[in-house]
Amino acid sequence: MSVTRTGNTEALDPEQSPLEQHGDVSTPMPKLQVRSRPTVATGTSEPRTGVRLAKIRRTGDRVFFGMSTGSGVLIVLLVVFVGVFLLALALPSLLANQANFLTSREWTVSGSELRFGIAGLLWTTVLSSVVAMAIAVPIAIGVALFITQYAPRRVAGPLAFTVDLLAAVPSIIFGLWGIAVLGPLLVPTSDWLSSRLGFIPIFAPGIRSPGTVFVVSVVLAIMILPIVTAISRDVFTQTPRDHVEAALSLGATRWEMIRTAVLPYGRSGVISASMLGLGRALGETVAVMIILSKPADNSGFAPSLFAGGETFASKIANNAAEFDTPSKTGAFIASGLVLFIVTFAVNAVARIISDRGHARS
Amino acid sequence: MSMNRRAASRLSSVAAVLAIGTLGLTACGSDPVTAGAEPGAAGGSGSAGGSASASDLTCAEGKLTAEGSSAQANAISEVISQYNAECGDKASIEYNPTGSGAGIKSFYNGLVDFAGSDSALKSEEKDGVVETEKAEQRCEGNPAWNLPMVVGPIAFAYNVDGVDKLVLNAEVLSQIFNGEIKTWNDPKIAKLNSGVTLPSENITVFFRSDESGTTENVTKFLAAAGEGAWTDEPGKSWTGTGEGKNKSSGVAEGVTNTKNSISYMEWSYASDNSLKIAQLDNGAGPVELTGQAVAKAVSEAEIKGSGNDLTLEVKYAGTAEGAYPALLVTYEIVCSKGLEADKTAIVKDFLSFFASADTQAGLEELGYAPLPDELRSKVETAVKAIQ
Repeated sequence: MSVTRTGNTEALDPEQSPLEQHGDVSTPMPKLQVRSRPTVATGTSEPRTGVRLAKIRRTGDRVFFGMSTGSGVLIVLLVVFVGVFLLALALPSLLANQANFLTSREWTVSGSELRFGIAGLLWTTVLSSVVAMAIAVPIAIGVALFITQYAPRRVAGPLAFTVDLLAAVPSIIFGLWGIAVLGPLLVPTSDWLSSRLGFIPIFAPGIRSPGTVFVVSVVLAIMILPIVTAISRDVFTQTPRDHVEAALSLGATRWEMIRTAVLPYGRSGVISASMLGLGRALGETVAVMIILSKPADNSGFAPSLFAGGETFASKIANNAAEFDTPSKTGAFIASGLVLFIVTFAVNAVARIISDRGHARS
Repeated sequence: MSMNRRAASRLSSVAAVLAIGTLGLTACGSDPVTAGAEPGAAGGSGSAGGSASASDLTCAEGKLTAEGSSAQANAISEVISQYNAECGDKASIEYNPTGSGAGIKSFYNGLVDFAGSDSALKSEEKDGVVETEKAEQRCEGNPAWNLPMVVGPIAFAYNVDGVDKLVLNAEVLSQIFNGEIKTWNDPKIAKLNSGVTLPSENITVFFRSDESGTTENVTKFLAAAGEGAWTDEPGKSWTGTGEGKNKSSGVAEGVTNTKNSISYMEWSYASDNSLKIAQLDNGAGPVELTGQAVAKAVSEAEIKGSGNDLTLEVKYAGTAEGAYPALLVTYEIVCSKGLEADKTAIVKDFLSFFASADTQAGLEELGYAPLPDELRSKVETAVKAIQ
């Protein structure tokens, strides 16, 4: 059981490319014997035993220790440095802010009086990402199950490759494609949904151009699909053979085997994969900026999927060219900090869920 | 072992979050518009450049960098490549369209040799900085001059099926843009367009979601000529109604793909996207957007600056017959004196080429209007006076 657990941990490590094979899970122990030499006279008169301890040259160890510690420290310093830098830029503006930073939708940052709040940004950011996840995760699970459980080897390889290829498409391409091709195609769907479900605020009729949160969500879903698929696929591949065979030998159909063996085993992996995808969607910038229509400043709050909006990242990118005063820059940086915190929280939740998954399995 | 691994991956997830953050901040950088080769790699045809338009070019050698308004980016990059063709790539001139504010800042901080801007240097204090004073320091105690060089007409482009000719005035435009007029067949629009069948559809307005000199100049025009219909303070951020799109390309795309929509944009974006452009009736009859009509409106502008500083005050309201007053003027901001001698030589040479009649006439193809002759000769005089 412990072996499989380690295997699962491997699959969930986000820094490891999901494309890599997970054949070897245990790091080889240092082999002292290789380095051992003919006995070195140490001057001590220990009784000779069967085991000879070799003299270990410390130089390589020290260098490697220094290098790896240095890298670790560097990363921490980098985070601290950027965090402090962001805070230092944002604080003066936050202190001068006349509106409630968390609940206001105002954004007046050029005049003498600063009034800005992130409520609208937070809503659009979270709404688009969550909807994207809701669209992408079921599809990703389907694709991963097909690749690992149903498809013949000849099909599975190329299909997996194609899905991974999606991850290589630059986001600006997704943005242009989304606004020029996908957006107009989705208009009938949006109209249908808003005419049937318009009484629910989230489906209320919004703007008429394709620059809606809905289109952004669909594009984001496509963008996070490869991540979620790749990780789910790796988790599903590692379902213990015993479980699968036990299920099959008890007369389970393939679907029943998936339901009783593969899915429970992969659940925590899939959840943390979704969270990683969510993190990606939250921070997506260029594609969102190109697609999304900004609502007019004087318009009321429109919570609908079919309205326009601005996300943290798209607002910052959209205005980055005109950061001409420290107070204005500070206001945008402050909103960036919130994105930082939200993304951080999402990743933390992902980690907690996957850790808990391990504990249970 | 697994603890270490976990700790390491926690660190790396922090790094990943960080990377996303920094990417977000830098994702909108723009590439510099570069034209021209290394100074040393002059082509063999260098001395042969002597066509009629470049009668008295000195073709000085060296490297020049400039930065600023993106509204004139297409014009200046075209002129740079023409200049290099005339001079056989002797000088390397680079213009980076980072925006007017950034250009002015880089100029007075001494990072670039001249700035392009859609507004003249401000002499009153803003955010603790007086631009004219800063620029004077940069020019070693000599004033900086604002030289109008590129005139960018602003088109009101619309997408309404069956309406090929639409006449609007500043008052009606203001009411469309602030949401008072909601449908295309509103009597106020119909009054200006007798004989045109206007649909009863709602009007979708697109605006620039980023801060923009185009927005500032449109709102200036609406406020001045709109007979009080536009009450907001003119500024770089849109205060009217509508849907915001990123940059000129975004609003042009919006109008192209959305029926019954209207927006304002630089002329080249409207014509490149084959959008229909409304005619402006500024009191003296409908005027179609042409280079000549815009030049006529510019010629009515009053010169506010003294001497060779040619800061303009555009006349928006009550323009003469045949003048199209929705426009923005972009300036080249240069040191009157005080730049290094070798750079001054290129600046003078390049700007006199820029201000020449042929070059200005050629800009119309790119969606700009030529400077009117009287003003153009004043600019040429000013360029000659740079020391």
